[in-house]
Amino acid sequence: MTARTLLGLAFAGLVLIALAALPFFAGPYAVTLMIGMTGYVVLATAWGLFSGPTRYVSLATVAFFGIGAYTVGVLSETLPYPLVLLVAALIGLAVALVVGLSTLRLAGVYFVIFTFGLAELIRQVVTWYEVNVTGTLGRYIFLPVTPEGIYWQLLALAAATFLISWGIGRTRWGLALKVIGDDEVVASHCGIDITRLKLALFATSAVIITLVGAIQAPRWTYIEPSIVFNPTISFLTLIMALLGGADRLWGPLLGAIPLFLLFEWLSANFPNHYPIILGLVFIAIVFLLPKGVLAALESRLGKGGAK
Amino acid sequence: MKSVQRRHVLRVMAAASALLATGIAPGALAQDRTSVKIGYAISKTGPNAGGAGITTLPNYQLWVKDVNDAGGLELPDGKKLPIEVIEYDDRSTSEELVRAVERLATQDEADFILAPWGTGFNLAAAPLFDRYGYPQLAVSSVTDKAPDFVKRWTKSFWMLGGGHDYAGALAGIIKKAAADGTLNNKVAMVSVADGFGIDLVTAARPAFEAAGIEVVYDKTYPIGTSDFTPMINEAKASGADSFVAFSYPPDTFALTQQSQVADFNPKLLYLGVGTGFPIYGKNNGDNATGIMSLGGIDPANAENAAYRKRHEEVTGQGPDYWGSVITYASLQMLQEAIKRKGLDREAVSAELSTGTFQTVLGETKMEDNQLRTLWWTGQWQNGQFVGIAPADRAGASQPILPRQGWKK
Repeated sequence: MTARTLLGLAFAGLVLIALAALPFFAGPYAVTLMIGMTGYVVLATAWGLFSGPTRYVSLATVAFFGIGAYTVGVLSETLPYPLVLLVAALIGLAVALVVGLSTLRLAGVYFVIFTFGLAELIRQVVTWYEVNVTGTLGRYIFLPVTPEGIYWQLLALAAATFLISWGIGRTRWGLALKVIGDDEVVASHCGIDITRLKLALFATSAVIITLVGAIQAPRWTYIEPSIVFNPTISFLTLIMALLGGADRLWGPLLGAIPLFLLFEWLSANFPNHYPIILGLVFIAIVFLLPKGVLAALESRLGKGGAK
Repeated sequence: MKSVQRRHVLRVMAAASALLATGIAPGALAQDRTSVKIGYAISKTGPNAGGAGITTLPNYQLWVKDVNDAGGLELPDGKKLPIEVIEYDDRSTSEELVRAVERLATQDEADFILAPWGTGFNLAAAPLFDRYGYPQLAVSSVTDKAPDFVKRWTKSFWMLGGGHDYAGALAGIIKKAAADGTLNNKVAMVSVADGFGIDLVTAARPAFEAAGIEVVYDKTYPIGTSDFTPMINEAKASGADSFVAFSYPPDTFALTQQSQVADFNPKLLYLGVGTGFPIYGKNNGDNATGIMSLGGIDPANAENAAYRKRHEEVTGQGPDYWGSVITYASLQMLQEAIKRKGLDREAVSAELSTGTFQTVLGETKMEDNQLRTLWWTGQWQNGQFVGIAPADRAGASQPILPRQGWKK
C-alpha cells in the first residue's frame, strides 16, 4: 500500500468521523436531510457498482429496496433487530442470485425491461401473499430506532459500500469488469468467466440496496407494497448515478448529493411546480452531461491542459 | 478578588441567558406575532392525489378562507390573528411526507400541523407529530387499531372509525332484513386487493358469520381491474340477494355501469369508496336510489346543509358524503380549542381530548381520542346520501329495501 492510498484512507476516515458527529451539532431537520441523502448516496453507489462497469441499466433498485423494507415489516416483532437486518440481506442475496442466474445473459434494452418488470412482479407477489394468506396488507413497524440510529447505520453502510467498490477496482476483478464493459466477446475470449463475475457483482449491489430499504423502513411506521415498491426510487437512483458518472468510484456520490439537495429545495420552495422542474432537470442532464459530471470535468480540464 | 470577579461575571451571564431563554424571548414573540402558522403536507401529485383532492385539501382551503374572512383565528384574549398557510406536496411517498412534516416542525416552526391524507400516511407522520408535540387530527384513515394508537401517541386523534365498525353495521342491516323476510341470508362479496378492501373484507367475514349470514361468493380482485362482468355474472348466479363490493372509486363507477348492462339487480347493493362522491349521485340520478355505502349525513341537519352549499361555492366542487364533513369538523374543533386555550399545543391537545365542541356535525366530542359518533352505513335516498346505521342515532333514516331495479 502506498503512502498516498494510506493518506486517502485516513482522510476518508476523518470525513466519516465528522459526518458521524453531525447529529450532536445540527438539529433534527439536518439529520432527516442527511438520512435521505446518505440513503440515496448508498443506493446510487451500489447501483454504479454493478451497472457502471457492466453498463447494464437496472431498474430493479426498488425491488430490492422493497424486499428489505418488507422483511423488517414482517419480522420486526419476532426477531431481534440485527438478525432482522441479516435475514433481509440474505433474502436480497437469494433473490439476486435467482434473478441474476436467469437474466444476466440478457443484454441491452431487454435487461432494462426485465428489471423494471421484476420490481412490479415482486410487488404483486407480496400483495397476493398478503391478501390471500395473511389477510392484511399493511404492516406496522414499531422499533425503538431513533433517526440518529438510522443515520449512523446508513453511514456505516455507505462506508462499507465505498470500501467494497474501491477494493474491487484494485483487484483483478476490477480489470476483468472493465474488459466486460468495453467488449463482452473479447472478455470471454480472454478467459474471463463473465457470468459468474456479473452475478457476484449484481448480488453484492442487490444486498446493499436491500439493506438500505431495511434500515430506512422503521421511519415510516406503516408500510404496504405501494409505499415500499415505489418505482420513483429506481428512477431517482438511476438519474443520480448517471449525473455523477456511474463508472467512477465517486461519481454516484457527486450525482446524488446535488440532486438530492436540489429536489429538497424544489419541494420546499416550489411544491406545486416540482414535477415540471424535475422533468426539465432530467432532460438537461441527458442532453448536457450524458457521461456524467466527472467525465465532463475531466474532458474540460484535459482540453484546458492541451491549450 | 480575581475569582470573585469571574464568579460574578459567570452569574450575570447565566442570569442573562436564562432570562433570554425563558422570559424575554417568548414575550417578545407573542407581541410581534402577526399570524398563526398552519402547515400541512398532502398528496397533491401521485396516486393519492385523487382522494386527497376530494376529501382533505378542499376542506383545508375552505377552512382557512372561512377563518381569514372572519378576521383570523381567535385567541383567548379576544385578539384575532390571520392564518398563514405553509403547504407541501408529499408526492404520495412516505419518505417525502416524513421529511415535509419534519421541515414544518423544525424549520418553519409551524404553530399547528394538519394531518395528511390516508391511513398509511397518518401513521408515518404520527411519531413526528408526537415527538414535536403537535396534536394530530387524523380523519382520512380507517383503522381498527386506533385504541392502541392513542396510547402510543397521546396527542393523536382518529376520527373515521375502523373496518369492524363499518362491516358490523352492514351485517346488522342484512341480518335485520333477512329476519323480516325482505332478503335471503346470502351475500355475494367482492373486494379490491388493497388497503381499504382488505381491511373491510377481513372484518366483514367474521361479522357476517356472527350474524348468521352465509357468504356464497367471496372474490378479491387486483387494483386497476376494469372488467367486472365475470364477477357480476357469478354473483348473479350465486343466488344471493345482497351484493357487497369493498371497492375503490374507479371500480365503484365501473361496477354500477356494468351491473346495469348485465341487468344485475341485487335487492341490496353495497359499494365502496366513490359511492359518496357527489358526482356519483349526479351521474346515476334516480338509479342511485337505494345503493348503500360507508358514511352518510343527517339530511335534517341545517348546519351540515349550509356547509355543503358553501363548500361547493368556494371550492367549485361538492364535498363527499363520508370524510369531507368530518375533516371540516376536525378543523372547527381545532379552531375552537385554540380560542379556548391559545397557541399552547399541550393545552390545545388536552382540550381536543376532553372538550365538547359545536361543529357542522352538531355537538361533537372525542371518546378516548376517537370520534365514534359516525354514520357507519348510508344509502342514496331522494338525491342525498343519508345515514341509516347506527339506526338508533338521532337523524338516522330508514333503509329502503329491497332496492328498486335499474331504470333504463
